Amino acid sequence: MVDFIVNFIVSNPLFYTLVKILSIVLPLLGAVAYLTYAERKVMAAMHLRQGPMMVGPFGLLQPLADGLKLFSKETILPSKSNKVVFVVAPILTFILSLLAWAVIPFDEGMVLANINVGILYLFAISSLGVYGILMAGWASNSRYAFLGGLRSAAQMVSYEVSIGFVMVTVLLTTGSLNLSDIVLAERPFWMDMLLFPMFIIFIVSILAETNRTPFDLPEGESELCGGYNVEYSSMTFALFFLGEYANMILMSCLTVVLFMGGWLPPLGIEISWLSWVPGIIWFGFKVSTILFVFIWARATLPRYRYDQLMRLGWKVFLPFSLLWVVLVAGILVGTNTLPVL
Amino acid sequence: MVAKKENTVSVSEQTQIKPFTINFGPQHPAAHGVLRLVLEMDGEIVERADPHIGLLHRGTEKLIEYKTYMQAMPYFDRLDYVAPMNQEHAFVLATENLLGIKVPERAQYIRVLFSELGRILNHILNITTFALDVGAITPALWGFEEREKGMEFYERVSGARLHANYFRTGGVHQDMPDGLAEDMYYFAEEFPKFIDDLEGLLTENRIFKQRTVDIGVVSKKDAIEWGFTGPMLRGSGVAWDLRKSQPYEVYDRMRFDIPVGKTGDCYARYLVRIEEMRQSAELMKQAIDGMPKGEVMVDDHKVAPPKRADMKTSMEAMIHHFKLYTEGFNVPEGETYAAIEAPKGEFGVYLVADGSSKPYRCHIRAPGFAHLQAMELMSKGHMLADAVAVIGSMDVVFGEIDR
Repeated sequence: MVDFIVNFIVSNPLFYTLVKILSIVLPLLGAVAYLTYAERKVMAAMHLRQGPMMVGPFGLLQPLADGLKLFSKETILPSKSNKVVFVVAPILTFILSLLAWAVIPFDEGMVLANINVGILYLFAISSLGVYGILMAGWASNSRYAFLGGLRSAAQMVSYEVSIGFVMVTVLLTTGSLNLSDIVLAERPFWMDMLLFPMFIIFIVSILAETNRTPFDLPEGESELCGGYNVEYSSMTFALFFLGEYANMILMSCLTVVLFMGGWLPPLGIEISWLSWVPGIIWFGFKVSTILFVFIWARATLPRYRYDQLMRLGWKVFLPFSLLWVVLVAGILVGTNTLPVL
Repeated sequence: MVAKKENTVSVSEQTQIKPFTINFGPQHPAAHGVLRLVLEMDGEIVERADPHIGLLHRGTEKLIEYKTYMQAMPYFDRLDYVAPMNQEHAFVLATENLLGIKVPERAQYIRVLFSELGRILNHILNITTFALDVGAITPALWGFEEREKGMEFYERVSGARLHANYFRTGGVHQDMPDGLAEDMYYFAEEFPKFIDDLEGLLTENRIFKQRTVDIGVVSKKDAIEWGFTGPMLRGSGVAWDLRKSQPYEVYDRMRFDIPVGKTGDCYARYLVRIEEMRQSAELMKQAIDGMPKGEVMVDDHKVAPPKRADMKTSMEAMIHHFKLYTEGFNVPEGETYAAIEAPKGEFGVYLVADGSSKPYRCHIRAPGFAHLQAMELMSKGHMLADAVAVIGSMDVVFGEIDR
């Protein structure tokens, strides 16, 4: 019976792909659900309180309860909104946050689409993410949502520029746009050190890219009371939420792939007794570390103001990353270590 | 219509640009209660800020005219509900002025002790919510734990966490229970450590400073002209504190400093409040140390209720009790103004008595009212997010503003 199912799946390419997609999307949705749980628990610990603890043991069923609650609520369409765009916006955000996962390598060869321009694809998809928020802000026909949408458009565009340059420096040292090749590219230690400032810039930029504290201006709890999603309820709201958290995980994965050696053991440790740990465990461990930083930042930092955010993006990160591209390229050419394609 | 025309900018003869108007509140997380702020904005820049008040108006002043002096007391808890006993303090001082009563020393110390606790309660709430307004979540949750300890002291002394109704004309309702003084001393000793933790998160935080330094600057002159008092005035560099300038109760025997800011911006006000909390903790310790034994109510049964035990044996005590709790005490004709240094500024009660047992008129001077007036002055030309920070640093509570 099992043989038959396996044979059927493997012999039917379309079906096989579908199974592969589901085997990424379903764990991803689970990860998103438990990321919200982890966020609440970690923040609770930092706030000296308990966090969710009533639903299930240690509150472990809380994410499911939240999902069920959101699902059973009424979807409210504001009477003056543009209803089509209003409904399409969260769907778009959610779909885009799933699409990008196709090129993420979880382990050696464990990738849905091992395309050569993986990083460009990822960059393109994450850039499209701004449309969902912009559409939501516009279609809600609410002043708060409108301001939130405008802010987020400006913010995401600004930080993508520096993210782009950071990626270019990494690509210079690896000589490939394929994410698996980037992980496997052997870099000497000094080159990792050279990339360290870029790593910091990248972390800060992805905080901005995913609208997280201290760059959560589009939501701006205390000034815009929720910003672009202020008019959303029920599943439409849940889709934004899922999309935002899926994006957080995605960006963490990207950081791990670009800077932290993907599924390889951390810091290049090559101790034989560690080699039995599967690559995907290392990958998950590294991603969790980055996600912890996300949550940590949220518990610690106040929010930037709009103009300060812009200043940081355009006047600090952009010139610095541009300079670093030139510097890294110069050093690579000078030492004759530019990877050959 | 005329007002509307003034606020429109004509680009050409035909086109006119209307400012982007936002109705900020009354249901808004940063409105600190029920402030309705109509903001006219150019993009994110606030061009006009128009606070609308009155959504929490309960007619306190008028209601007090129909209550005996003792019955009026609970209304003061409900004015600035963040530091209830401080408000009671102003009212008892006013009635005592009219009656010409001298309060027993122990009661004076207890009043000072709880006024300073109230100041700490108020400043914790203000600083942490201010941090919340600029986006930092953690201080609020840390602060509320400390605040709860203060609330427990309220509960132990009066039976109520929030609306204490503890001060009385002629003293305080009853003596402190055993062990409370020691626990409060311990709290006052440990509290500065919490302030250190809080400061660790905020004071040198770059983002926090970027959000507060040079925001909502009020000059010395403006602060005085707009009727600022308390930390708002001291943040602008005016060393004015009623506890020093016209000491009431036993403040003239206490050693404490008045922190004064230099720049008059949100950050200066934050620093002033932080330092005031440290001073208040010191004052609490001094009040407990200096507290003598003795009565906590005047020995005048026209004003203060007789002892429970006396009522069982003495007919006169019984009559006093009955008269006091039905008719109340009569206050001789006259008028007075009593002000205290409440956590938010000068909280005053102007009381007119007509010889009966009810006040003829009771006007309440709430510090927040004067501060809120300057909303436009402080937020004009700033961004929307700064307007939120300004409201946070003004420390407004609508219980006292709307009354």
